[in-house]
Amino acid sequence: MPNPIHTISLGRKLSNWTALGLITMAALIVTVPLFLILGTVVVRGVGALNWAFLTQIPKPIGEQGGGMGNAIAGSILLLGFASLIGVPLGIGAGVFLAEYGRNKFGNAVRFTADALNGVPSVVIGMTAWALVVVPQKHFSLFSGSVALGIMMIPVISRTTEEVLLLVPQSIREAALGLGIPKWRTILSVVLRTASAGIVTSIMLAFARIAGESAPLMFTAFGNEFWNMSPNEPVASLPLQIYKYAIQPYEQAHAQAWTAALVLISMIVLTVIVFRFIVGRGAIKGAN
Amino acid sequence: MRTMPEHGPSREPEAPEGPDKSSPVPSDEQKLKVVPKNRLGTRENVIADQVFRGIVVLCALAVLAIVGLIFFELVNQSHLSISRFGLKFLVKKIWDPVAEDFGALPFIYGTVVSSLLGLVIAVPLSIGTALFLTEICPRRLRAVLSLLVELLAAIPSVIYGLWGIFVLAPFLRVHVQPFLARYFGWTGLFSGPKYGWGMLAAGVIIAIMILPIIASITREVITAVPRVQREAALALGATKWEMLRTAVLRNARPGIFGATILGLGRALGETMAVTMVIGNRPEIAKSLFAPGYTLASAVANEFTEAVGNLYLSALMEMALVLFVITLIVNALAGLLVWSITRGTPARGLA
Repeated sequence: MPNPIHTISLGRKLSNWTALGLITMAALIVTVPLFLILGTVVVRGVGALNWAFLTQIPKPIGEQGGGMGNAIAGSILLLGFASLIGVPLGIGAGVFLAEYGRNKFGNAVRFTADALNGVPSVVIGMTAWALVVVPQKHFSLFSGSVALGIMMIPVISRTTEEVLLLVPQSIREAALGLGIPKWRTILSVVLRTASAGIVTSIMLAFARIAGESAPLMFTAFGNEFWNMSPNEPVASLPLQIYKYAIQPYEQAHAQAWTAALVLISMIVLTVIVFRFIVGRGAIKGAN
Repeated sequence: MRTMPEHGPSREPEAPEGPDKSSPVPSDEQKLKVVPKNRLGTRENVIADQVFRGIVVLCALAVLAIVGLIFFELVNQSHLSISRFGLKFLVKKIWDPVAEDFGALPFIYGTVVSSLLGLVIAVPLSIGTALFLTEICPRRLRAVLSLLVELLAAIPSVIYGLWGIFVLAPFLRVHVQPFLARYFGWTGLFSGPKYGWGMLAAGVIIAIMILPIIASITREVITAVPRVQREAALALGATKWEMLRTAVLRNARPGIFGATILGLGRALGETMAVTMVIGNRPEIAKSLFAPGYTLASAVANEFTEAVGNLYLSALMEMALVLFVITLIVNALAGLLVWSITRGTPARGLA
């Protein structure tokens, strides 16, 4: 005879299995769109992928061939210039939060950084438009970089703070105890110890802004030709995808899919590299 | 790679004299070379410390300044529209660039409805995924599955839009919409011409895009529920589901609500993918098959083509509305998540 404490009524058993089944199904359903999207991008994008696509500029509608070399270069330039703005400010703010920010002002900065992180990118784009494009009276690579750079700051600063807090206090004390001044301790001991984690935070920020198109519509604007000058409009991969997707031509759609494939590969590579670094530990000698 | 413990001892022989800087330095040549380096309280070091502190404080101030600047610029640029339409801007249904008469109601409606639709689809799935990852999933599968969910967050908005136009919309038109119209048409939510794109497609795309953020925060919140709670429930004879329901979900409820609100913040501001599938028509329709328009997509779609200062200004005011709404929503979400996870050590301090 079974112990009455251990008997579970059929109804409870059923609801248990149903609930656990539904939970498992939810997890499976969530992965479906990922495979569908990645699958479609690869299948439809690989056809038009060739050397010319990666190195040439677009041809006029109706002509075969042409590519998005200028958009790829433009995206890389935008990321580079955005990093010039976002990386130093982000790391600086992160250092402040971790080393000097245990007070009300620090909390205010933390709260504001999170708020900035939640501001829709299109709104940041409009701000960059009002700040840079309006006074300059023309679209430019620079204004696009300002928009993307602003978006990098909260990601980098909050992640940097988290990583710096992982650095053991004893290391700081050891350095200070050796008579090294605080600024020197932070620069050559704390930051160096956490360098892998900080690289991670920059990668995260890259992944966040690499696919952004909304803020670039009225800042970097787009360009049919090569451009390296910060003062001229520049093409970018995400914006080019949008422009080609809404055109009524088969050929443009094919190119949009290929551009999507190139963009996704660039981002996924970044994410995998980032996971690799994190896998090795955000802190040197942590294990 | 050098680690700090190796660093320390190598300098040790030179260090002992260091902090003591008030006494005059002995004539020993070697000490003369070493000591000044280690003078903590010398004027140069005090200044250097203050300069360094000043630099990082400036960086922190830049964060505050940027948010202030965004607000200032948006108000400044929408000045014309604010003074012309006042608060009526928010409740007027007319959007007529030719007659220069602007009201944001259809856009606010579209933003709210598409976001809520996204939440309705995404929240149950996210909670399920989070529960699966924390409570059911075998250890080995966990890393893979959470990587997959993370990857979902890494796909750019514009690629969701591309997929939405060419794959999702035709699929909805052929398979989903006829089904919904047939069985749920009586609600009035699923009627009218079936384009594929429209409010429904926007809701589905938004759901996929906010899934990862809701799932990952829900996961964090669930992990923060103390182990004893689970063990107590199981010890009382609860089945696994009863344990999850009474011990885990009930304790995590405010946090899950916070995650949902955070997802809402993302959904409200989602731009490109929504622009590409929602149909971009400033109309208020009951049917979810009908096209709509959102604040963010209107700004993205019309800003570069807008002629006339009032038109530009009206679009700026829509961006301002969006900015204020997302600020409030995100602050609320942050508060809720914090109320749950504050008891547990922050990830950074663990």
